[in-house]
Amino acid sequence: MSASELIRSSAASMAAKLAAGEVTSVELVQAHLDRIAEVDGGERGVHAFLHVNAEEALAVAADVDARRAAGEELHELAGVPIAIKDLIVTKGQPTTAGSKILEGWMSPYDATVIKKIRAARMPMLGKTNLDEFAMGSSTEHSAYGPTRNPWDLDRIPGGSGGGSAAAVAAFEAPLALGTDTGGSIRQPGAVTGTVGVKPTYGAVSRYGAIAMASSLDQIGPVSRTVLDSALLQEVIGGHDPFDSTSLTDPSTGLADAARIGNVKGMKIGVIKELHGEGFQPGVENRFNESLELLRNAGAEIVEVSCPNFGYALGAYYLIMPSEASSNLAKFDGVRFGSRTLPAEGPLTIERVMGATRAAGFGDEVKRRIILGTYALSAGYYDAYYGSAQKVRTLIQRDFDAAFAQADVLISPTSPVTAFKLGEKLDDPLAMYLNDIATIPANMAGVPGLTLPGGLADEDGLPVGIQFLAPAREDARLYRVGAVLESLLEEQWGGPVLDKAPALASTAAKEAN
Amino acid sequence: MAAINRDDVAHLAQLAHIEMNDEELDRMATELAVIVDSVKSVSEAAGADVPATSHPIPLTNVMREDVVGHVLTVEEALSGAPDAADGRFKVPAILEES
Repeated sequence: MSASELIRSSAASMAAKLAAGEVTSVELVQAHLDRIAEVDGGERGVHAFLHVNAEEALAVAADVDARRAAGEELHELAGVPIAIKDLIVTKGQPTTAGSKILEGWMSPYDATVIKKIRAARMPMLGKTNLDEFAMGSSTEHSAYGPTRNPWDLDRIPGGSGGGSAAAVAAFEAPLALGTDTGGSIRQPGAVTGTVGVKPTYGAVSRYGAIAMASSLDQIGPVSRTVLDSALLQEVIGGHDPFDSTSLTDPSTGLADAARIGNVKGMKIGVIKELHGEGFQPGVENRFNESLELLRNAGAEIVEVSCPNFGYALGAYYLIMPSEASSNLAKFDGVRFGSRTLPAEGPLTIERVMGATRAAGFGDEVKRRIILGTYALSAGYYDAYYGSAQKVRTLIQRDFDAAFAQADVLISPTSPVTAFKLGEKLDDPLAMYLNDIATIPANMAGVPGLTLPGGLADEDGLPVGIQFLAPAREDARLYRVGAVLESLLEEQWGGPVLDKAPALASTAAKEAN
Repeated sequence: MAAINRDDVAHLAQLAHIEMNDEELDRMATELAVIVDSVKSVSEAAGADVPATSHPIPLTNVMREDVVGHVLTVEEALSGAPDAADGRFKVPAILEES
């Protein structure tokens, strides 16, 4: 098998080839490093990576190959490479959170998910681009320049985890880690034709994920297939005493659920409020096709209503900035990150802090900190943060009622396909609307999965289908997601990414 | 709910320790006014009888053994600091001399 065929395989099939001795981990990692060198750099590169970790990745791969040759029993995904969203701290690689304020910062400790990836001996290819501190839906708010969508290099790859999604879509990595506070795993998955899962709140430890909004943030898997995400969630999930919000449930049975292969008798609830008006026609068409396929496969499709979802976006844009403004107070120019001195006047810590944060944070981060400070200020707290927390209760009640009627819920993941770079950059509200279908899951802590549902008729760009399940029922997502994936691929004659245009080598262009 | 104006933004920026110039204050006030207007329906959504949810999946009394656990060494803790001396973070003056 050629290197270009190899990198298009699923992680599960890469793992099988490693186990069968058809390929070595060093070859596998090198094939991905070559791909990164070919398509990621330059003016028109994908720019999914902020840091490439070649040396360590190859060393881990060589170690896996030696252990395998010696007959050691290894983790199923040992030797399969992975990319890490640069919001998750790693020893030995810089962590920037996409912000100037952390340029070149090296974490003195590993996130829990990183420890688990090291324990499984998965080589880390590098750190992926994101909107600064994960604040955005397009990756354009990265201080290090935007990532481009492999389907159309003039379009956004979604955000905040555009780097992880684009890396997987461009075959620069078979797997990646993302974080999802309001849709940052699922919306990039939707617009790049890839799979992403926000697990149940607490199912995967957040220790070492730089916090944006602590009551919403969740780490999760990014991949090209549903089974691959299930395998990765099993690696990173489970209880962690370092995260006091971590659930004690074991992260098992997810890959098994993805292999069940039928949805007979499953009740699937269509959320009335999350399709139709405001959703692009091509998104709506692909969504309806998926419903038809599931119905024909023996699922029962019912309509459910979640009337309070209409308040979710507003409540989210109060809760998230409030928590972010507190969490980002630690960037004070004293303990870590950069320090900027004021241009004139006395050199007091307060003024140094003001200058440091002015120089270190981008516009969107400043906007959210100011908004959060406002929502939490005396006299406004009850009307803003307090009201938003009540809306959370209403959203949870909507979910409870919906899950009394259905095993899982379904909606389009994003109301639109990938838009042009720059199109919504000056209109924060238009940007926020991208997360309308993904935010309710974060507000209620329930798990959500996105998988490709095909291409929109009007622009030929990927459409995402989202499934939602009750808290702690992540396995249901993998079961129904894998079935829909196989029904769709049967119809298309292969994965949706086969229809993506071939990326020109930017490395060759630079040499010319 | 009150609208947000330029003076509010200047005050908030001070509270949040972010220096802002005039142009930034003007732009931020305009943008935030639009955002605040769009989220104001939230305060009308729920009645007084609806309890607040601070955390999606409530857990109570999450404790650990009261023993020294995972800690950073002084060297590790200071490794990312912009300035350090004698095993401590070094900061500019705390108070302005008058």
